[in-house]
Amino acid sequence: MDLSFGAEYEAFRDEVKLFVSEAWPRGADAVCDRAVQLAFVVAAVERGYLYRSIPKKYGGSEQEFDSLRESIIVEEFDRAAVPWRLGNQGVGQLVPTLLEVGDEWQRERFIRPTLRGEYVWCQGYSEPGAGSDLAALRSSARLEGDEWVINGHKIWTSDAEDANFMFGMFRTEREASKHAGISYLLLEMDQPGVDVRPLRQINGATHFHEVFFDDARTPADWVVGGRGQGWRVARVNLKHERNLGSGQAMRRRFHQLLDLAQSARIDGRPASRDPVMRERLAELECLVRCVETTSLRQLSAVAHGEEADIGLPLLVAKLYGSEVMDRIAGLAYDLIGADGLLAPTDSGWADLQSGAGEIDWVDQYLFVLAMRIAGGSSNIQRNLIGERGLGLPRDLRATDVAR
Amino acid sequence: MHFGLNDDQQLLQATLREYAAKELLPARRREIFEAGRAFDPGLWQSAADVGVTGLVIPQRYGGAGLELLDLALAFEVLGEAAMPGPFLGHALAALALLCGGSAAQRERWLPRLASGDALGSVALCELEGGWGPETWGVREADGRLHGAKQHVEHAERADLLVVGVAGGGLVLVEGGAEGVSTASIDGIDRMRNLSRVEFVGTPAEPLPGGVEAARRVRDAGCVLLAADAFGAAWKLIRLTVEYSLTREQFGTPIAQFQSVKHQLANLAADTEPTRGLFWYAAHAFDHLPAEAEHAAAVAKAHVTDRAVQVGRGAVELHGGIGFTWECDVQFWVRRCMFDRAWLGLPREHLARVADLGGW
Repeated sequence: MDLSFGAEYEAFRDEVKLFVSEAWPRGADAVCDRAVQLAFVVAAVERGYLYRSIPKKYGGSEQEFDSLRESIIVEEFDRAAVPWRLGNQGVGQLVPTLLEVGDEWQRERFIRPTLRGEYVWCQGYSEPGAGSDLAALRSSARLEGDEWVINGHKIWTSDAEDANFMFGMFRTEREASKHAGISYLLLEMDQPGVDVRPLRQINGATHFHEVFFDDARTPADWVVGGRGQGWRVARVNLKHERNLGSGQAMRRRFHQLLDLAQSARIDGRPASRDPVMRERLAELECLVRCVETTSLRQLSAVAHGEEADIGLPLLVAKLYGSEVMDRIAGLAYDLIGADGLLAPTDSGWADLQSGAGEIDWVDQYLFVLAMRIAGGSSNIQRNLIGERGLGLPRDLRATDVAR
Repeated sequence: MHFGLNDDQQLLQATLREYAAKELLPARRREIFEAGRAFDPGLWQSAADVGVTGLVIPQRYGGAGLELLDLALAFEVLGEAAMPGPFLGHALAALALLCGGSAAQRERWLPRLASGDALGSVALCELEGGWGPETWGVREADGRLHGAKQHVEHAERADLLVVGVAGGGLVLVEGGAEGVSTASIDGIDRMRNLSRVEFVGTPAEPLPGGVEAARRVRDAGCVLLAADAFGAAWKLIRLTVEYSLTREQFGTPIAQFQSVKHQLANLAADTEPTRGLFWYAAHAFDHLPAEAEHAAAVAKAHVTDRAVQVGRGAVELHGGIGFTWECDVQFWVRRCMFDRAWLGLPREHLARVADLGGW
């Protein structure tokens, strides 16, 4: 075992730090300034720090794969609270999907402007009747001449109001079975047949939307990976949704909790001196260390081609991480005492985007509930762990019971 | 940067798994458990032959000269096998000499400890229940020892006892020395025998390493117990998975039921992320001195506590049979209970985590 990155990587880290200090105007209210954000991203691509796996001809920086360098870049960008992540859906999901299964013209048309933040994408997967059972989706597209005509209803669509485009799954093959009848389509959001309505969340904020389609249209060749291949394409896409290494984020949140424990008072002294609170904090420290060391294992395994060793840690990471976040927020909610009776302000989202600003723990306490649900609910995670991790049999389905 | 096991470490674990599977057949494990006499000369000799007894002892003393991480990986396998015998006390006695012994003391003891010809153990727990150096009350004056300890592993057989004394230092007492009396305790883990030991004017020889060495021994003990418990916890999960795939109720294996599947998934999800805790703590013991104590306390507090909870879930999932004496699950349930309680409860180590964190 060796936890040092070595001289070459430490030199690289210094180089990245220097770049950040020059390219990111500290102290400026740049978090909300899109132009400054884009300028940073463009400069970072030119330096080979971003979009490293994407070919130059599509706007990437086409660097040799090096997970350690990637982790150093992310660490240093995040340490300086640079909002370098431009639209998770487009950059994180659509671009890798197009690179893997898209047509050449689709790559040339969509990838570069997406990387530059000129195209913002939203994801059209979930429907009111298709949550965990995603393949039950009913929104449909039928081919009329050289256009798909789309009808239906998507839900939990983040960024739908800002998005220029949607990638999503639609039922195109009426006669085909559940999974085989789906196609992965791209469409423009700004058209008469698309109606976006905000969805108000449990904390009062509105970051998700419902999208209604009423004879919306998209060109016939805006299908990715071929007709009826949508389920397969989406699985490629979901693979890219997985996020390696949440240790740093967890540690940052725990430090915010510690700050709170030191400023909050119990019996006239800092809450962090209260024996019960100290024990609860120490328990959480252990859990955060579990997340951190698991992130280290993942980073190491990817760097050394030992991915086979981290199958189970990856399978449990989402369930585990959401529980640790929940417990951190729960302890903080206890520490704020009577302030827990105040209405939440919308701080969780801004914090998630940039890591900047004061955290509102009432909001956080409600916001972390999303982690148990989004991207595969905790019970779906337990199914995956049981079936793929422990080799337990698949659930009985209604069709099995009927037999 | 590498946070994973190298080929040698994987080979070490594979070799030990082979040793355990070959030397400790289920029927033999049951026999030892029933008798409650955990020291088995044959098992001890074969363990010495594969090198477990001298893993961290330098090669010049006849050991393998490996690191605490390697020993922890060995303990993971011992926990997995519910291996009976005095491995823990023996390892800690050797580590005490390595961390705090004089050249002469090492010269005298380490070769025999490495080969397994001499058996070592450590006497740490006071009769009032304190495990840490700051709580020790056994008095050493003019080379004579007065007082008593409890929960000493395999004290009757030990050729060498390392005893924690008032002020936080360590002393050596030879087996069979004047004024030593032992009384065996009917302990929770029948695979690791415990005794109460009394010293009345017993000749004792201080280790020059003092309190610092004693703290290192505690750190090492925390790491080894965490590793042992981790191995036991995964064994419990695997046993329970096997059982759930074969046990049928309502016309189908119970693994088919989502309630069972989810409970098993929770056990795995709570256990697997703790692996890095004992890896990291062992690595810190060897290479990151500033973090060693904190990392060891985190590993001991959390891994052993999780493991005990896994054991309780495993019994529940086994249903009625899990509650019986005949069911082997209890070997590992008891092992985890031992690992959690020996060297202090999670609460004590969590308090140290908070103190060391500077909160």
